[in-house]
Amino acid sequence: MKRLLGIAIAIAALIVLLYGAEDLPPWADPGQPASLHVSPRYIERAVGETGVPNMVTAVLTDYRGYDTLFETAVIFTAGIAVLMLLRRPIL
Amino acid sequence: MIREHEDVIIQTVCRIFIPFMQVYGLYVLAHGHGSPGGGFQGGCIFAASFILMSIVYDLNEVKRRFTEKLSVFFFSLGVFIFAGMGWLCLFLGGNFLDYGVLSKILPVDPVMARYYGIAAIEVGIQITVMAVMVSIFLDLLTGGLHEKDAEEGHVRGNTQ
Repeated sequence: MKRLLGIAIAIAALIVLLYGAEDLPPWADPGQPASLHVSPRYIERAVGETGVPNMVTAVLTDYRGYDTLFETAVIFTAGIAVLMLLRRPIL
Repeated sequence: MIREHEDVIIQTVCRIFIPFMQVYGLYVLAHGHGSPGGGFQGGCIFAASFILMSIVYDLNEVKRRFTEKLSVFFFSLGVFIFAGMGWLCLFLGGNFLDYGVLSKILPVDPVMARYYGIAAIEVGIQITVMAVMVSIFLDLLTGGLHEKDAEEGHVRGNTQ
C-alpha cells in the first residue's frame, strides 16, 4: 500500500514536471531569456573591457569576482576542516 | 599507511614526468587568459604532481616536507592574494575587485591593468587550490598521523 502510494506520488510529480517543461525554451535557442539578459553584453564587451581574450576567464574573475573569491574561500574552509578533523592527535 | 614502493620503472618514469606536470600546471595557469584553464585547473594539475610523488616515492617524505604549518600558510596566502587585490583596488579609489584602478600604480592603461589584476588573482587561486588538494590527500591517506607517531604507538584507537 505504502509502495503504491509512493509510485502514485512519483507519477504525479512526473506529470507536473513534464507539464512545466512544456514552457521551457527550446534547447540552444538564442532568443531564450537566459541568453538575452547579460550574455550579449559580455560577448560584445568582455574582451574590450578586460583585455582578456578568454571570455570565461573575464566573467569568472572580473565580472563575477566576488563569486570566485568566495569559491576560493570555500576551498580554503574545506582544507582547514579536513586539517582540523584529521590532524594528528595532541598527546 | 602506504608501504614504500621499490619499483624502479615507475620511479624512473615519474621522476621524468613530475617536472613536466608541474610546468604544465603553470602553463595552464599562465594561459588561463587565452585558452581554457586558470587557477583552479592549474592548481589541481600542480597538486596532482605532489600526489603522484607521494604515491610513487615515500609518503612520509612528502608529508615531512609539506607540513601542516606550510599547508595552512599556503591556504591563507592564496586567499590573501585574492582578497588583498580586492582591498588594494578599494584603497586606490575603485570598487572591491575593480582592477581598472590598478593603472594608478602600474605603468599600463586601465584595460591592461584589469588583465594583470586577473593574472594576480589566478595565482592566488592556484596556490590555495594546490595546497588544499595536497593537504586533503595527505590527511586522508594518513589519518593525520606521521610515521613517527605510528612508531611510538600513538595510532588513534591504540592510545590507551
